[in-house]
Amino acid sequence: MIGLALPYPLDLAFMQRALIASLAVGVFAPMIGTYLVQKRMSLIGDGIGHIAFAGVGAGLLAGGTPWPVWSALVFAIVGALGVEWLRAKRKASGDLALALFFYSGIAAGVVFVSMGGGLDARVLVYLFGQPLTVNTHDVEVIVALGIGIVAVMLGFRRLLFSVVTDEEWSRVAGLPVAFANTVLAVVTACAVVAAMQVVGILLVAAMMVLPVASGQLIARSFGGTMRWAVAISVASVIAGLAASWIWELATGGTIVLIAAGAFALVAVVKRGVAPRLPLPVDDPAEQETR
Amino acid sequence: MAEPARALDAPLLEAEGVTFAYGRTPVLEGVDLSIRPGEFVALVGPNGSGKSTLLRVLLGSLPPAAGRVRLFGEVPDRILDRGRLGYVPQRPGLASEVPATVAEIVATGRLTRRGWWRPLRPVDREAVGHALTSVGLEGMADRPVNQLSGGQQQRAFIARAFASEPSLLVLDEPIAGVDAESQHRFRDALVHLVEEHGGAVLLVSHELSAVASDLDRVIVLKRRVLFDGPPSRLTDEGVSLGVHREDLPLWLEGLR
Repeated sequence: MIGLALPYPLDLAFMQRALIASLAVGVFAPMIGTYLVQKRMSLIGDGIGHIAFAGVGAGLLAGGTPWPVWSALVFAIVGALGVEWLRAKRKASGDLALALFFYSGIAAGVVFVSMGGGLDARVLVYLFGQPLTVNTHDVEVIVALGIGIVAVMLGFRRLLFSVVTDEEWSRVAGLPVAFANTVLAVVTACAVVAAMQVVGILLVAAMMVLPVASGQLIARSFGGTMRWAVAISVASVIAGLAASWIWELATGGTIVLIAAGAFALVAVVKRGVAPRLPLPVDDPAEQETR
Repeated sequence: MAEPARALDAPLLEAEGVTFAYGRTPVLEGVDLSIRPGEFVALVGPNGSGKSTLLRVLLGSLPPAAGRVRLFGEVPDRILDRGRLGYVPQRPGLASEVPATVAEIVATGRLTRRGWWRPLRPVDREAVGHALTSVGLEGMADRPVNQLSGGQQQRAFIARAFASEPSLLVLDEPIAGVDAESQHRFRDALVHLVEEHGGAVLLVSHELSAVASDLDRVIVLKRRVLFDGPPSRLTDEGVSLGVHREDLPLWLEGLR
C-alpha cells in the first residue's frame, strides 16, 4: 500500500493499512488529550466512547457498514456537546455530567445491539479495536478525520490553551470561551470515533491521556508536553502493532499497555534523576524568601 | 477643540448608583465611582463590604440590579475591544496538570489585543518580553509557572495583563501573601504603567503600604462608598496607608 520496503511484519498490505490508521490516532489523540488533561477532563474520552457505542449499536441496527461509524459520530458529537453544556451551565459537575451520559450511552448501546441480534464479531471490533482488519475506506475516513482534527488543534491552539489553562481569566479577557469549549468537545467526539476501530471504544481515552501523563513528566512547557506526548504515542503505536502481530495479542490492548509501560518507565527514571537536580531557583531575591 | 480634549479625559470606568443584592441581602447600595486615564486608584473595604461583587459588576460578570456601569463608555459585556482591559484575578484558577511556561501564560495576554486566531508576530513577542521585564521576570520566561514562588506567579499574571497593553488594569487582591521583593517589583510595574503609558489602575487590596505614596485616590467601600479622595485626606482622618501598615486593616475592621 505504501510501496516502501518496510521490515517484516510492516511489509504486509493489511499491516500497512493498520500502521497508517494507528499512526493517525497516535498523533491526534494525545494532541487533544493535552488540552483535556489540563481541563481536568481526562475521562471525557471514555465517556464519549460509551456514547459512541450507542451510535454503533444504532448503526448496526440500521444495516451495518458504513453506518456504525457515521451514527457513532453523530451520537458522539451530540453527547460531547451535552456534557459540555451541563458542565458550562453548572447544572451538574463535570464528573456527574459525564456519568449521566456515560451510563445512558452504554445502556442504549446494549439495547440497540441486542435488538440487532446480540454481540457478534462486528461489535467486538468497535469495543476493543482491531486495526489489522481496517479496509482502505476505513483508513481514508480515519486519516481524513485525523487531518481535520490536527488542523483545528493547530489553528485554535492559543485560544484552547488559554481557555483550558485559565477559564475565568479568559472569560473576563473577552475570549470566546464557550466557542472554544464547543470546538474541543466536537473535536474530541471526532477523535473518539476515528480512533474507535484502532484501539476500541473502551481504550480510546487511554491514547488521549497516557502519553500526556508521560509527556508532562518530561517537558517543562505545554507545547513541549504535547510534542513529547505525540512522540511517545507514535512509538507506542508502532511497537504495539508489531508486538501484537508477532505474539498474536489484541492490538488495541497491546498499544495501550505499551503506552502505560512508557509512563511507568518515565516515572521511574524521573524519580531516579530528579532528586539529584538542583532546585530550579535562579533568582537570588526569591531564594531568600522561600 | 474642547470636544476631543473631553473625550480623551472621559472616564475609562464609571458606575452610577449601582445596587446589587444576593436574594434579600443587599450587597451594594448606590455606588458611584469613576476612573479616568492616568489615575491610580485603590478600592478598600472590610471583608464582606461588597468589593468582589462590585468588581464583578464593573467587569460585566454580574448585571447590576439598579444603576449603570460604563466600561470604556459602553455596557461592560458588550465591549468588543476587551484588550483594553487588563485583569489580574485574586486567586487565578490556573490549571497545572500540564506544565506551562511563564512565556506561554503571558503570551495569552496578547490574544485579546490581536485577535486569538492570528499568529504571534515579532511585535507580540516584544510586548511579552516587555511585560516580563516590567515585572522583573525577564530571566524566567522558560520556567514552568507552577515551579515559581507565590510572588513570582502573581507577577507572571500581572505580566499577562500587561501584555495586552491595557488602558485600564484591574487587580483583585494581587499582593495578598506576596513577599517584600515581589511587592516592590509590583509597585514599580504599576507606576510604570500609569506614568509611562498613561494607563489607569484600579487596585483592590488591603495591603496598600507598597503603593501608598503613588495612589491618586482611595475609595473606601462598605456596601456604599464611604470615602473617595486622595490618601492625604485619609491621613487627616488619622488613617495611614504607609508607615504604620497595620492602621488601614484595623480602621477597616472598625467600619464593620
